[in-house]
Amino acid sequence: MDQPPTAATQPGDPSAVEGVSVDPQEIGKFARMAETWWNPDGEMKPLHALNPVRVGYIRDRLAAHFAGKPAPGTSFEPLHGIDLLDVGCGAGLLAEPLARLGARVTGIDAAPEAVKAGRAHAELQGLEIDYRAGTVEALARTGRQFDAVTIMEVIEHVPDVDAFLATCGRLVRPGGLAVVSSVNRTAKSFLLAKVGAEYVLGWLPRGTHDWRRFVKPSEAARGLRAGGLRLAEVTGVVFDPLNGWQTARDSGVNYMIAAEKPDKG
Amino acid sequence: MAQHTSPSQTRPATARPDPTGSETLHAEVLVVGGGLVGATLASALASAGIETVVVDRENPEDVLKMTFDGRASAIAAGSRHMMEAIGLWDLVSDQAQPILDIMVTDGRIGRRKSPLHLHYDHREVGEAMGHIVENRVLRQGQQKLLPSFERLTVLAPVGVERVVRTTGHATASLTDGRKVRARLVAGCDGRGSPLRTSAEIRTAHWTYDQAGIVATLQHDADHQGTAHEHFLPSGPFAMLPMVDGPGGQHRSSIVWTERKRLAEHFHGLDQDAFAREVLRRFGPDYGDVREIGPRFNYPLSGLHAERYIDTRLALVGDSAHAIHPIAGQGLNLGLRDVAALAECIVDARRLGLDVGNPDVLRRYQRWRRPDNLILVAATHTLDHLFSNDFGPLRLARDLGLAGVNRIGPMKKLFMQHAMGTLGDLPRLIRGEQL
Repeated sequence: MDQPPTAATQPGDPSAVEGVSVDPQEIGKFARMAETWWNPDGEMKPLHALNPVRVGYIRDRLAAHFAGKPAPGTSFEPLHGIDLLDVGCGAGLLAEPLARLGARVTGIDAAPEAVKAGRAHAELQGLEIDYRAGTVEALARTGRQFDAVTIMEVIEHVPDVDAFLATCGRLVRPGGLAVVSSVNRTAKSFLLAKVGAEYVLGWLPRGTHDWRRFVKPSEAARGLRAGGLRLAEVTGVVFDPLNGWQTARDSGVNYMIAAEKPDKG
Repeated sequence: MAQHTSPSQTRPATARPDPTGSETLHAEVLVVGGGLVGATLASALASAGIETVVVDRENPEDVLKMTFDGRASAIAAGSRHMMEAIGLWDLVSDQAQPILDIMVTDGRIGRRKSPLHLHYDHREVGEAMGHIVENRVLRQGQQKLLPSFERLTVLAPVGVERVVRTTGHATASLTDGRKVRARLVAGCDGRGSPLRTSAEIRTAHWTYDQAGIVATLQHDADHQGTAHEHFLPSGPFAMLPMVDGPGGQHRSSIVWTERKRLAEHFHGLDQDAFAREVLRRFGPDYGDVREIGPRFNYPLSGLHAERYIDTRLALVGDSAHAIHPIAGQGLNLGLRDVAALAECIVDARRLGLDVGNPDVLRRYQRWRRPDNLILVAATHTLDHLFSNDFGPLRLARDLGLAGVNRIGPMKKLFMQHAMGTLGDLPRLIRGEQL
């Protein structure tokens, strides 16, 4: 008998259960907004559902890339010491788990409200995340580089994918790694990710995606190449009704890409 | 790569003053209740590196006394696998009696046991079906084990005054003025669970017109690792083999289910009269019997919670389900909850997810509630079937037992289910590390 938790997790109602009220300082505007983002049954439900598979993939790729060995099953901080930029971080759905796994995370998003909500939430969680409102272009101009850059579920909303990914690539230090995820532009993705997710299953609000903006892995690789990165791997992500989202060989709809920037010399 | 300090998640649960002046401990999981289930959960989590605080209202010295809990538990093979994995088994194994055979018989007082019986033999499944361990011994082992974990803080005897659970975290105010802040509260606070009540989780509950008399006996003959379950009209009478006493005495623990009114009468008997009543039921197989240690009389009742979870709360063990002790499965079910919840928590933590988030809790509930529901229903039915002296039913019962005994594969399946080695098992129950 699965039941959703109490009304306490509903957006806009962060009041405590047991009739004892929460610390009033927590109920700022952005904290409330963060509640919405962070409610696994709320508007961001699809991203919450996707989170385990993408965090797991990033964790394993990064741990393998930087430690030269697969992610250890014992340590809770396999990303310790990795300087990571999360592009399009929103309120930190990805940034927070990566910070808990030990990475030093900078989150950037063009929407200042999302970033403020992210800050409020991270504060409550006791996590140190450097949230910045702004564009990757501005950040790249400062010359700052990161060990790893994650660009998850972002490029399908970006007008000039090539230029955007090239800029993201410049933010990766030599020897570093970028992970990108998106939705492929295939007949299957039109049926599943557009018609299926928005109209049949109602997972996403109608109009969330413009299928013509979906990006083929080869196109993403082209943009990354312009930023100095080399495609390392394309992995499919499929929905399994029993076990949720899983990595798979089929990259016809959802996929993730890992790309490396060669060391200097 | 730049070095940096770890996020606060991984700080040890050391005391930090908060703005109100009271001391606040920080942990990922707060376990409320340090009994057999709570202490095992705390050990499992801490052994996997999860920062854990366990709060127990009982005095650690008191719980080791014979008078606190005189019961012995049947530890199923799956439960033992978990105890091995967390390092508890080594501390209790020399006091654990393997169950090599189970004799299930049927009868009436003063008569010979029904010749049609169900005989479970460990050779049919390849390992001991379970072990009988005194609860006292388990608690002793846990008290040795708990301090060995770096990431575990034990607070006892301390009560929990109230727990405030919000979408962000849970904070418990303790009776000693301290506070514990955690991402998840595990309610191992027993069948009367105050945490369950405060979360307004309803329960289905029922009482039996029965009580369980528990005592420890010394007897002439060696039990040879055989557990007896003798079904009598007023309830099952179980004789569970214990390891020999310090002087080499052969010992067994009896769990004697009896109608409430009669149970009170038997509970009040002097030792000789009590021993005579035991012999009238069990028969002469073990020669003379003598009672050692205190005698207990537990009223029997069952309950099942309509849900196991709430905001940042998971109910574990008796707080979620309490069943008739007929099949010896109560503790084993609780330990299976422990293994499942620990796995849900550790899996989430390995992905950097908030271990108290609703997805984690729902996975736990989906995993455990259906399984427990089956045993709640099964033991309920089993008792009604056996606590009856109606002629045709008796015959059917005898034939039923004999039938099961003759069908090898079916019996093996029954045994494995009782051993907790069937189904979608958590890693710890399979004997793997978290």
